[in-house]
Amino acid sequence: MFLVDYIKTVYNGVTSLLKGMRMTGYYFTHHKEIITQQYPDVKQVLPERFRGEVVMTHDEKNEHRCTGCTACELACPNATIKIVTKFDITPDGKKKKALDTFVYHLELCTMCNLCIVACPTDAIKMAQSFEHSVYDRSLLTKVLNKPGSKLMEGVE
Amino acid sequence: MIEEVGTSPEGDLIINVGPQHPSTHGVLHLVITLNGETVKNCEPHLGYIHRSIEKMCESLSYRQFIYVTSRMDYLSSHINNQGCSLTVEKALQIEVPERGKVIRVLMAELTRMASHLLWWGALGMDVGAFTPFFHAFREREVINDIMEETCGARLTMNYIVPGGVMYDIHPNFQQKVKDFITLFKSKIDEYDTLVTGNIIFQQRMKGVGYISGEDALSYGCTGPVLRASGVKCDIRKIAPYDGYEKVQFEEIIETGCDSYARYLVRMKELKQSLSIIEQLLDNIPEGEFQAKTKAVLKLPKGEFYSRVETARGEFGVYIISEGGLTPYRIKFRSPGFSNLSALHHMTKGSKLGDLVATMGTLDLVIPDIDR
Ligand code: SF4
Ligand code: SF4
Repeated sequence: MFLVDYIKTVYNGVTSLLKGMRMTGYYFTHHKEIITQQYPDVKQVLPERFRGEVVMTHDEKNEHRCTGCTACELACPNATIKIVTKFDITPDGKKKKALDTFVYHLELCTMCNLCIVACPTDAIKMAQSFEHSVYDRSLLTKVLNKPGSKLMEGVE
Repeated sequence: MIEEVGTSPEGDLIINVGPQHPSTHGVLHLVITLNGETVKNCEPHLGYIHRSIEKMCESLSYRQFIYVTSRMDYLSSHINNQGCSLTVEKALQIEVPERGKVIRVLMAELTRMASHLLWWGALGMDVGAFTPFFHAFREREVINDIMEETCGARLTMNYIVPGGVMYDIHPNFQQKVKDFITLFKSKIDEYDTLVTGNIIFQQRMKGVGYISGEDALSYGCTGPVLRASGVKCDIRKIAPYDGYEKVQFEEIIETGCDSYARYLVRMKELKQSLSIIEQLLDNIPEGEFQAKTKAVLKLPKGEFYSRVETARGEFGVYIISEGGLTPYRIKFRSPGFSNLSALHHMTKGSKLGDLVATMGTLDLVIPDIDR
């Protein structure tokens, strides 16, 4: 009885190994089935929803849509965003709150998307860039509104 | 607690496996008492990746705390987010629209498949086979791409939010998942050829890491570990959430109680998940994907609990609210912690090599255990 079991085990062992080897052989001879991405020589196009970093959209007249309402700052779980506001004088002489600087700490951001969802005017969005490494940590603190930009007309 | 170096009073060798050891999956630290090659005792030491997530959640609002839970069991991040969202919804009595529910289930099952695939590859490495890892990652990559397109991230998605899901699915989603199903069906037999049927693998698994159903229950094991010991415990069946009661699937029960049974449970669950996805994919109802919720969520005073079935077992979220903007206390019941606690029971008296294989079948994710 023992001998029969022993021979059976050896037989099963050899066949199962051969089956496995056959598959290895298949992939060895079928190079099309191999998937390797040649990064960084060939860069993949990332889907538009990919969360790489927060950016502010500006149009060709250098205008943005951010009113400085700080909703994104409040929505952010780890104090990545700091909004500095100023007071503009409107043509009819009234004071109006406006965005001065939008400070974004990329090193703190977890790409959770909560700020984008919170923004009432769609002023910010996620960019697809992902190669963020720099030599100095301070370079990761960014100002998102471009210099000289102002609020787009009609955005409240 | 046993000493961490040297020999025990009985003359047994005490060695440390981990926290930086390739076979312990992350930063798990095991202090093992060895008599020759026989394991006499094994004691996990935790704390190497403790981020005090529960404490952190106390200072975050009910919308913000969910993203942190992706970083606990990062292989089931969707399901963790789902558990938290369910608790918040329960407290505020928010009714999730049907479309939102179906999308959630689809995502949860895709996550489960991705998680089981990674486990399968890693288990192969644990028992000394390197190739399965690449095969598993090839298929897992497709799921990750699907996630990336719809949710915007590959691992820590933060896609399931209180009230539903953050966005509607991407227009390509259904087609991509269909392609994945076709691909996966053609590949799943390869897995069996390569690993399940392999005689060396079977002998490393069968009869190793035995734990009876009763013992597993008393250690608080859940998920595939408990189901492999013949106990029904699938939360999707016993307390259905998000419309799991409407889909047809089997709860996989094995009675082998050993590593091989745990292996079989997960391999069969892969097929069940695939069948759930197939049932729902063409029947995503039209309508809203997210219920209308207030911008600032304020939970009423009280205690709230809900649980979900992650790829590793039962994940529970317990919130105590004082009626404010942030929780008073949050407690997570993570499946990995209880499963790990049964390790010493399973491996007492076995060989050192079997300890690694048994640990592989527990599917441990250390950040989930040590949060
Ligand atoms: S993505 Fe999240 S962490 Fe990053 S800035 Fe927005 S809210 Fe803050
Ligand atoms: S980006 Fe949007 S949410 Fe943030 S301050 Fe500007 S308008 Fe408000």
